[in-house]
Amino acid sequence: MSQITTEKYKDEAKRAIKNPVLQDALSNLQERLGKGAVEAYKNLPEGHRLRIEAHDIRMNAIENLDVLLKSLAENVRRNGGHVYFAEDALSAVSHCLEIARKHNVKTAVKGKSMLTEEIGLNRSLEAAGIEVVETDLGEYIVQLAGEHPSHIIAPAIHKTRKEIGKLFSEKLLIHYTDDPPALTRAARKALRDKFLAADMGISGCNLACAETGHITTVSNEGNIRMSTTLPKVHVAFMGMERVVAGLNDYDVLFRLLPRAAAAQNMATYISYIGGPCHKDQVDGPEEFHLIIIDNGRTKILADEEFREILCCIRCAACLNVCPVYRKIGGHSYGYPYCGPVGSVVTPLLVGINRAKDLCLGEMLCGACKEVCPVNIDIPKMLLGLRAKLADGDRKWNVTRASLVEKALYKTWSWLIRNRWTYDLFLRLAYFSQKFLPQKGGMIRRLPPPLHGWTGKRDILPISIETFKQRAKRINLNP
Amino acid sequence: MITKYSTTQSRKAGFTRPSKKLNLMHNKNVTLFIQCLIDCLYPDVGEAVVHIFQKLGLTIIYPPDQTCCGQPAFNSGYKKEAKVAAKRFIRIFENADSIVCPSGSCVNMVRNHYPQLFRNDRKWFRRALSLSKKIFELTEYLVDILGVEDIGAGYHGKITYHDSCHLLYGIGISNQPRKLIRSVKGVQFIEMKDSDRCCGFGGAFSIKYPEISTAILEEKVKNIIDSGADAVVGCDIGCLMNIHGMLSRKGSPIKVMHIARLLAG
Repeated sequence: MSQITTEKYKDEAKRAIKNPVLQDALSNLQERLGKGAVEAYKNLPEGHRLRIEAHDIRMNAIENLDVLLKSLAENVRRNGGHVYFAEDALSAVSHCLEIARKHNVKTAVKGKSMLTEEIGLNRSLEAAGIEVVETDLGEYIVQLAGEHPSHIIAPAIHKTRKEIGKLFSEKLLIHYTDDPPALTRAARKALRDKFLAADMGISGCNLACAETGHITTVSNEGNIRMSTTLPKVHVAFMGMERVVAGLNDYDVLFRLLPRAAAAQNMATYISYIGGPCHKDQVDGPEEFHLIIIDNGRTKILADEEFREILCCIRCAACLNVCPVYRKIGGHSYGYPYCGPVGSVVTPLLVGINRAKDLCLGEMLCGACKEVCPVNIDIPKMLLGLRAKLADGDRKWNVTRASLVEKALYKTWSWLIRNRWTYDLFLRLAYFSQKFLPQKGGMIRRLPPPLHGWTGKRDILPISIETFKQRAKRINLNP
Repeated sequence: MITKYSTTQSRKAGFTRPSKKLNLMHNKNVTLFIQCLIDCLYPDVGEAVVHIFQKLGLTIIYPPDQTCCGQPAFNSGYKKEAKVAAKRFIRIFENADSIVCPSGSCVNMVRNHYPQLFRNDRKWFRRALSLSKKIFELTEYLVDILGVEDIGAGYHGKITYHDSCHLLYGIGISNQPRKLIRSVKGVQFIEMKDSDRCCGFGGAFSIKYPEISTAILEEKVKNIIDSGADAVVGCDIGCLMNIHGMLSRKGSPIKVMHIARLLAG
């Protein structure tokens, strides 16, 4: 399992906000990719309608997962591949280790995959004495630095080119440079040797097609294609939800995915991988293994309220527009999945109480839903998670997050039930606010638990006359 | 008890003649829902709404029992408590012809979340659904329902507009307020950078996660200042209260104005 540090959300967020380099990087990312995605959608002849269609395609797949996965497995096997259904992270990792042992694997090259982050694959392989090399440039940087990705598709977004230059000069033993093409060349050179030496190629899976038994990967660097064709064994990891019925569905989803993820009309490499190399083919692995992972997804599938999040195709478009992600970056979320989608997926996977700050520390602004290529209603699910924290939930094993808050809202619901009590409360508040420091007609400091407001903001005091009183007065003196 | 305003006299009282675009619906009563923050912190905004409708010759009904739509509890996950407020709101407003509220997030709550809140309660669901069809945000009511874009208001200065999230993404309002602002005489309208990015308010979020909230707000305030406008206008008092709070702390002379106040001017 990946390390879970969701409890540190607040502290990590504060740290990220104070890091000006990170702030610049995040702003640039959003200016480029977030705004780019919105523009890229505009070029679609179907416009907004395509996102709705994509949602239907994904929802249809999610609701027929049993049939689709069965059909996918049958077709992959018919193509000569092996399929393994893993219930949890441990089982998936053990299966991969078994394959590695069978083939006496010393080095594995990897295409970028968040799912393998989720199951902590690299650590387990390394513990078994296998050298694992990330081949996506961003992932490679993060791996060399001993860190975790901070974005679903731009994993090293938190690092500056100076930091990368220093890292490469230490780890790759080259002369220091912060010139991006030179650094890329250095990484390419180092990786080329690894590609050629690798006994195993590991990849994720953007989507799988049940009808044909293909898995499909999308990349811009060509590294996934090399990872999956050069070594003699290819092991692909796939979340059980990443399947669609047929190639017609691909048409819609693969037009949207590159637009959402990188503001591109088309990704540079879209690979359809349908099993091992056949006799009449020149390239390809001798063995193809597909590991389909549950790891908590069945539980999400069983809950109608959250099922929709399984439609996600991990394009990261929601990260690229989220005002909160823009400030706190990916590491604050404490789990491989960050941003708005992480705020829903992570609590459902690691425990709602444990990741409560992810559910509460978002704003429900709705920008994520607006940009999502499969139109997932993320704010609605955040509200659903908050409801579980507010009153507890047996099915998800959630305990009430705060008794004090519950009491406050209970009192509030009692106050607003009757205009008379409400007015009385406002009068009391009006008189007590006189004890608070004020300047220029604005309150400078509020008492706990409201003091968070006045750290950097003032607030207008309660008016001497409410609108209700004013309405009465206007009526009396027209 | 219901308070009614006489509107015929206000016409005589010397208001500017409304423009030709005005499509008056004399028989139509408009029932006001004045959001709780406006009620207790910014009552001027409520009064401005009254002025606008008086100027348009509409009959205003203000149910004085109204309190809150339940949004604060709902957004924090306290559905039971939110239902108390929602049921009360439905009882008070369900007999109205059309309800107008100068707050996009409250309209979003009633229109989109009430039916969802009662989805397992057939009786209340029906009542919520019927109510959801007759509540309108102020600028939406003026532009889309009444067909009014020019109320004959005047303001001398540069104005920029902040898109509130629930107004924009929740109920899809973005052109209506802009049309209304542009038609105010003497206004020079300037779009700020990223007017559609959240201001960092987020209700209880602003108090629970103040560092994140104010980091987002800093950027919004910077965009407002950089726009060169001398006033920022919006349709949601929550966001405006947030922006007002930081501009005040920074000692900025930029005015923060609810659109109703601009249109009533």
